[in-house]
Amino acid sequence: MKYLRTVSLIVAVSYVGIVSAAATDGATLAQRGNGHGAAPCMACHAPNGGGMAAAGFPRLAGLPDAYLRKQLEDFANGSRANATMQPVAQSLSDDERDAVADYYSKLPVPAQVPAPPLKNDVAQSGQMLATRGRWSENLPACEQCHGPGGIGVGDHFPPLVGQSATYIANELHAWQGGSRHNDPLQLMQHVAANLSDADITAISTWYAAQPMAPKEQQP
Amino acid sequence: MKAACLSLIVAALALSACNHSAPQAVAPVAKTPAPAASAPKKAALFVPPPESAIPSDDFGKQVALGRQIFIDPGRYAKAYVGNALSCENCHLDAGRLAHSAPLWGAYPMYPAYRSKTHDVSTFAARLQGCFNYSMNGKAPPQGDAVLVALESYAYWMSKGEPIGVAPPGHGYPKLPKPAIAPDYTRGEAVFKRDCALCHGDDGQGQQAAGRTVFPPLWGTQSFNWGAGMEQVNNAAGFIKANMPLGRGNTLSDQDAWDVAYFMDAHERPQDPRYTGSIPATRAAFHDTPESLYGATVNGQLLGRGVAARP
Repeated sequence: MKYLRTVSLIVAVSYVGIVSAAATDGATLAQRGNGHGAAPCMACHAPNGGGMAAAGFPRLAGLPDAYLRKQLEDFANGSRANATMQPVAQSLSDDERDAVADYYSKLPVPAQVPAPPLKNDVAQSGQMLATRGRWSENLPACEQCHGPGGIGVGDHFPPLVGQSATYIANELHAWQGGSRHNDPLQLMQHVAANLSDADITAISTWYAAQPMAPKEQQP
Repeated sequence: MKAACLSLIVAALALSACNHSAPQAVAPVAKTPAPAASAPKKAALFVPPPESAIPSDDFGKQVALGRQIFIDPGRYAKAYVGNALSCENCHLDAGRLAHSAPLWGAYPMYPAYRSKTHDVSTFAARLQGCFNYSMNGKAPPQGDAVLVALESYAYWMSKGEPIGVAPPGHGYPKLPKPAIAPDYTRGEAVFKRDCALCHGDDGQGQQAAGRTVFPPLWGTQSFNWGAGMEQVNNAAGFIKANMPLGRGNTLSDQDAWDVAYFMDAHERPQDPRYTGSIPATRAAFHDTPESLYGATVNGQLLGRGVAARP
């Protein structure tokens, strides 16, 4: 009797352990989902968190914890509209959002698949917008907020390097069209409003072709 | 009933004030923002030559070097820089942008008598002042390669401008006096709302890969008490026209004055002309209501200075 009680206590404790681990462990969420609405993250964002360039699924590995956390909230509340991510984010509890953001922020940045070389004029235009902007239209350079080489700055300005051209272009179009409007101070909505389709192609392909480590800056 | 009515009016006023001053208010983003009341007109601004027009000859090499120094003085003029700032933090677009004290607005106006120095300064001497004060460093000697390159860059950029005529868009806009005196607490609220995102809650800016991305606004790594930006009117004009970055002319004039006051009411490195006494230094170099040097704000006596980088 005493033995049975001990066993059932152990079983109960370990069951609670499994459930709570499943609910708040970022790795488990990434690999298995949460079982009630959130598919495994890695199905789209890849097991190493590097994303899937061709489909435009972004890299999550090594992004700032607070940034990832905020995006999950914004998917859930619709300020970043996305048919795939909205139900996923809505099914995650607060603890699960914390856990999965923490998990991906700590993953090492995966090795990059080199993007094809660009045509000269596209590269020139992309580099100009990325490093100098177009101040005649009050357009700052990407790197004035996203840092040298687009490596990202602090919690609010995510890295651009290491993201695919498809993802970057999709987001710029989303800022333009208003389906994404979760930017602090409306900074990105204003930037995107001043970009042409050709600009977006140039910026996105230029960043996708950049190495992960910022090279020596030649301003 | 009367009280409820009053509070409704107050709430409506507060709301309308918000609409004027808060860039984060959700509204559809137009391609060309409507300029606010005192927004400078765009008419007839000088257009400097494109950077692609920098010649590749020996003169052009100095122009290109000047541009590099301007963008990254901590690397290309290291010996003369004592903080984490670069020229283009306050002169946007590598010194090309109107209403952001462009080089083409200054170059044709020198030599000039300056009340700051009580003498006629050449352009090179004016550049020396930038290193002494804004960069909290030391002035390159006359004829130094750094000054030659920077002057070449400014000269190249000013090609075709009349000499001795201040071009529209030179310096920073002169804002009308604020409706109510600038205030630290209101300025702090503006700072938290519109500035801290980039400059940090503590105003110390942000760095990435060893480079300053968002400049520190006060403290050891910012401009010192002798810099022009320590005067509230200069800072208010710059902020109004250019901040938040890419969203110039969205702050109300009052917000620009208040947040400029807030920034300039923080401690920074000592004025290199310090005489040994704050009141005497104020009398000699800061005798204007636009300077908070020697004033007591928020219980703090300003002008004590903070140590610069060792």
